[in-house]
Amino acid sequence: MPIRKLSAQRLWLLAAYTAAAALLFCAPLMLSDFRLNLLAKFLAYAIVALGLDLIWGYTGILSLGHGVFFGLGGYAMAMYLKMDASGGKLPDFMDWSGLTKLPWFWKPFESLPFAIAAGILLPALLALILGFFTFRNRIRGVYFTILTQALVIITTTLFIGQQAYTGGTNGLTGYSKLFGFSLGSPETKRWLYWVTVALLIGAFLLCRFLVKSRFGKVLRAIRDGENRARFIGYNPAIYQMVAFSFSAGLAGLAGMLFVLHVGIISPSMMGIVPSIEMVLWVAIGGRGTLAGAVIGAVLLNYAKSTFSESYPNIWILFMGALFVVVVVFLPKGAAGLFGQFKWLRRRKAADEGADGVRYPAV
Amino acid sequence: MKGAFWKSGVFVILALLLVLAGCGKNDNAASTTTNADGTKTDNGGSTGSENSGGEIKVGILHSLSGTMAISEVSVKDSEMMAIDEINAKGGVMGKKIVPVVEDGASDWPTFAEKARKLISEDKVATVFGGWTSSSRKAMLPVFEELNGLLWYPVQYEGLEQSPNIMYTGATTNQQIVPAVSWLLENKGKKFFLLGSDYVFPRTANKIIKEQLKVEGGELAGEEYTPLGHTDYATIISKIKAAKPDVVFNTLNGDSNVAFFKQLKDAGISSGDLTTLSVSVAEEEIRGIGADVLAGTFAAWNYYETTDTPANKTFVENYKKKYGDDRVTADPIEAGYDAVYLWAAAVEKAGSTEVDKVKDAAKELEWDAPEGKVKIDGETQHLYKTVRIGEVQTDGQFKEVWNSGSPVKPDPFLKGYDWAKSLSEGK
Amino acid sequence: MDVIILQLFNGFSISSILLLIALGLSITFGLMKVINMAHGELIMIGAYTAYVVQNLFADYMPASMFGWYFALAIPVSFAVAFVFGLVLEMGLIRFLYGRPLDSLLATWGVGLMLQQLARSIFGAPNVGVKSPAWLDGGMTVGDNVFPYKRLFIIGLVLVCLLVMYLYIYRSHPGRRMRAVMQNREMAACLGISTRRVDATTFAIGSGIAGIAGCALTLIGPIGPTIGTYYIVDAFMVVVLGGVGKLVGTVFGALGIGLSNTLFEYWTTASLGKVLVFLCIVAFLQWKPSGFVAMRSRSLDN
Repeated sequence: MPIRKLSAQRLWLLAAYTAAAALLFCAPLMLSDFRLNLLAKFLAYAIVALGLDLIWGYTGILSLGHGVFFGLGGYAMAMYLKMDASGGKLPDFMDWSGLTKLPWFWKPFESLPFAIAAGILLPALLALILGFFTFRNRIRGVYFTILTQALVIITTTLFIGQQAYTGGTNGLTGYSKLFGFSLGSPETKRWLYWVTVALLIGAFLLCRFLVKSRFGKVLRAIRDGENRARFIGYNPAIYQMVAFSFSAGLAGLAGMLFVLHVGIISPSMMGIVPSIEMVLWVAIGGRGTLAGAVIGAVLLNYAKSTFSESYPNIWILFMGALFVVVVVFLPKGAAGLFGQFKWLRRRKAADEGADGVRYPAV
Repeated sequence: MKGAFWKSGVFVILALLLVLAGCGKNDNAASTTTNADGTKTDNGGSTGSENSGGEIKVGILHSLSGTMAISEVSVKDSEMMAIDEINAKGGVMGKKIVPVVEDGASDWPTFAEKARKLISEDKVATVFGGWTSSSRKAMLPVFEELNGLLWYPVQYEGLEQSPNIMYTGATTNQQIVPAVSWLLENKGKKFFLLGSDYVFPRTANKIIKEQLKVEGGELAGEEYTPLGHTDYATIISKIKAAKPDVVFNTLNGDSNVAFFKQLKDAGISSGDLTTLSVSVAEEEIRGIGADVLAGTFAAWNYYETTDTPANKTFVENYKKKYGDDRVTADPIEAGYDAVYLWAAAVEKAGSTEVDKVKDAAKELEWDAPEGKVKIDGETQHLYKTVRIGEVQTDGQFKEVWNSGSPVKPDPFLKGYDWAKSLSEGK
Repeated sequence: MDVIILQLFNGFSISSILLLIALGLSITFGLMKVINMAHGELIMIGAYTAYVVQNLFADYMPASMFGWYFALAIPVSFAVAFVFGLVLEMGLIRFLYGRPLDSLLATWGVGLMLQQLARSIFGAPNVGVKSPAWLDGGMTVGDNVFPYKRLFIIGLVLVCLLVMYLYIYRSHPGRRMRAVMQNREMAACLGISTRRVDATTFAIGSGIAGIAGCALTLIGPIGPTIGTYYIVDAFMVVVLGGVGKLVGTVFGALGIGLSNTLFEYWTTASLGKVLVFLCIVAFLQWKPSGFVAMRSRSLDN
């Protein structure tokens, strides 16, 4: 976070952000279609990372259940695409599973606006409900984290088990058109990429606005001393619920974009492993800094693709080592590295008090 | 700021690692890696996006990590072996085959991503890969969109026929349907259906239930357990209560180990209860223990003990290459077949272009380790001989029945009246 | 009636397995607050150790002795996992005390590496462990068969519990361990080497995971990724029981094991699992810190 009085720094940061945004918008000129598609996916992941950072980095709540919210968003979009692709007939997997009639909850997904709204609001609502019960009962720290894992298990088991309604382990795939444009054509891909960049920037600015606002200050107060915040007269539960549900909404949005880029959503994307990976993006990028979360998501996924392409047999070993090294040696993540640079160091010193990474609540 | 120094050091190391990964060499043969910016760095000698020069690139896409690696790594091994053998004999059309290996990581979206990478970045001529139906379904739209060609080596639930996929594993009428008929004739009428909770078992069991209705069988129970389920005590209680003659087992992977070990401990021997599995092959027997499985049945198209000349050399070479303790099995053999069939089709077509290869592949015959196989031009599945085997105490199968001649593939079961309701709308 | 008895037995059997996989975690996570995601891989190490011991017996011992490999495999599994735990603690975990969530991420990385290592060393397919003949079969009571293996695991858990109880509550090292975990500064002031206590405590927790892995070879698969099947269950047991209390972990395992058998029998395996986890979520609403809560007057702990 820049500090207002150091205007030179503010300028630098602004310049850096503008350059990053410009670079993102120009990426289609430099990358092949496949790489652009990958980058678009990474940027969608970055949106999840932003949301996670908001609740973990700023509010001190660790959720290992964001895969669920991501997946719900993805399913909402995929349901629309599937209905569109089936053209009035029953989607193919329902046919195999012995359904003869479209289930009632699939009907509204014929409309794209509804699907988009549901993709954001459903995860947000689920998060709100979970938050309502847990935060009010002052369940926090590790207990909350484990509860989110239970949520993951419940949802994935349900989605896999209800094959006739959800496509089971296969998930939803086999659709190729959006508004009649082929999802596979380079043209559409480029547009989708730009939409993703725009949404990422939008989400970034929104999160930035939030953490700068009074609301964001209360969140940090809760992170650093929940009871202190309570005694001052704030109700932490409300703030936590809102932040959690906002973050789930962002994950849902990212899920929808993911489906458009990748063309499949399956329960494996909502499982334990992706949920933990999402947290790793934030940890590696640097929790408590929004730019760090974005960088972390992109860098880590880039590393994952390159490692697995170059060393398909043992890439997991490299990934594991990367996690260990980063967590041990770079507790503030990649963003912490910027503290090394001289011209930023003063700002860091000034920030230390407010931004110090202490998480007594977890 | 003490520590700034080593922090920078760590950063440099990380950056180096990334660069290393970016420029690294595939650890199989010579091959190509692709940098993030889409430019290509060829290590093998050939340049250009087409398969010109002295090489033909093919993709191999299996789960080398994650839960499915237990099965898929061996298929990758046999496909690599087939490629090596063909190269040793001079390659295809005089060109060397260069495999590009990718890891699907037991994650379906990753399969889709890597398939796209292989076709559009590496420009491979074809891809051999997949194991679970889910991974195939995830790759299918990619192959159809980019007009690639996928060789899928595992038995599956049928009801599919993509112009861009060659199915070298069995479809339902080459495995499940004859197995059920055989059981009804020889073992009993009362069936208990047990499967993992995913698409293959559910679809297979739907077919079996229809078949039981017309062929005079009886359904004693039907249970599904989540993938990776490891405690079967309750399921075994349910089986005991239902008193079936036959358990038709469509469990997947690790669950088989837990189920069979615990079934034996519960005092139910293969003499009391017939079990027939469709996902337990020689490799799985090694992980479960031959003593536990002896006397149970399985339905496949190939066993390590299958007596053909081609199989003798196949088994011998496989063991020589990967170790005496390794075993061959149906999907391993189907992956091996796939590579040879593709190579034969390419030779016949004189080109690696997908449409030409597909045309040339029609009605192509080959003496596979499992016996004669033929590509059915209409469905792009293989004619395969059905074999039912009984597990022996040495971990091998003894064939107790076979269909005599290769069975024509019928993925939508059009040849069976009772299956009308299943294949409707196709 | 028979079914009820059998299901009750199955419930206790599943509870005992859950308890076995969670016991180690109740030390590393419960006492030390290290979220050890590599716990599942320590279990895997135990299982592979049993496999190696079995192969050594098959190769170098007379066939008549083969059945006794398992008796040796249990202490060896403990020792191997103990050493792994020790190395892990000294090389990694000790930098992460007071940062529980960082420990989660780092041990996740360790877990991935161990999985890949197992795959590289032992090959990707599952390996088979032949159970010793003296554990085959079962005790027949009426129409019910109680498998010896399940009885053996129940017995093994009871022994482990007893030994742990004696160690933690009735021995000098155990007293030091509790002192360090409860009040680190004060313990250090009294001359306890907290470094050494931390290292041994973590190693003991890991060693018990090794025993669990060894026992699980009797009834389950042995492969590089088996740890992932057990890790979430283990955490659920510890959290449900109440972090930091041995007796809580016992209750947690019983609660999950019995309800799991019950729900699974009434519904299906998938639905049963969902119901169990729903119950856990609901229960933690009611008792946020588990069955047996640590009493504390502190507001932020």
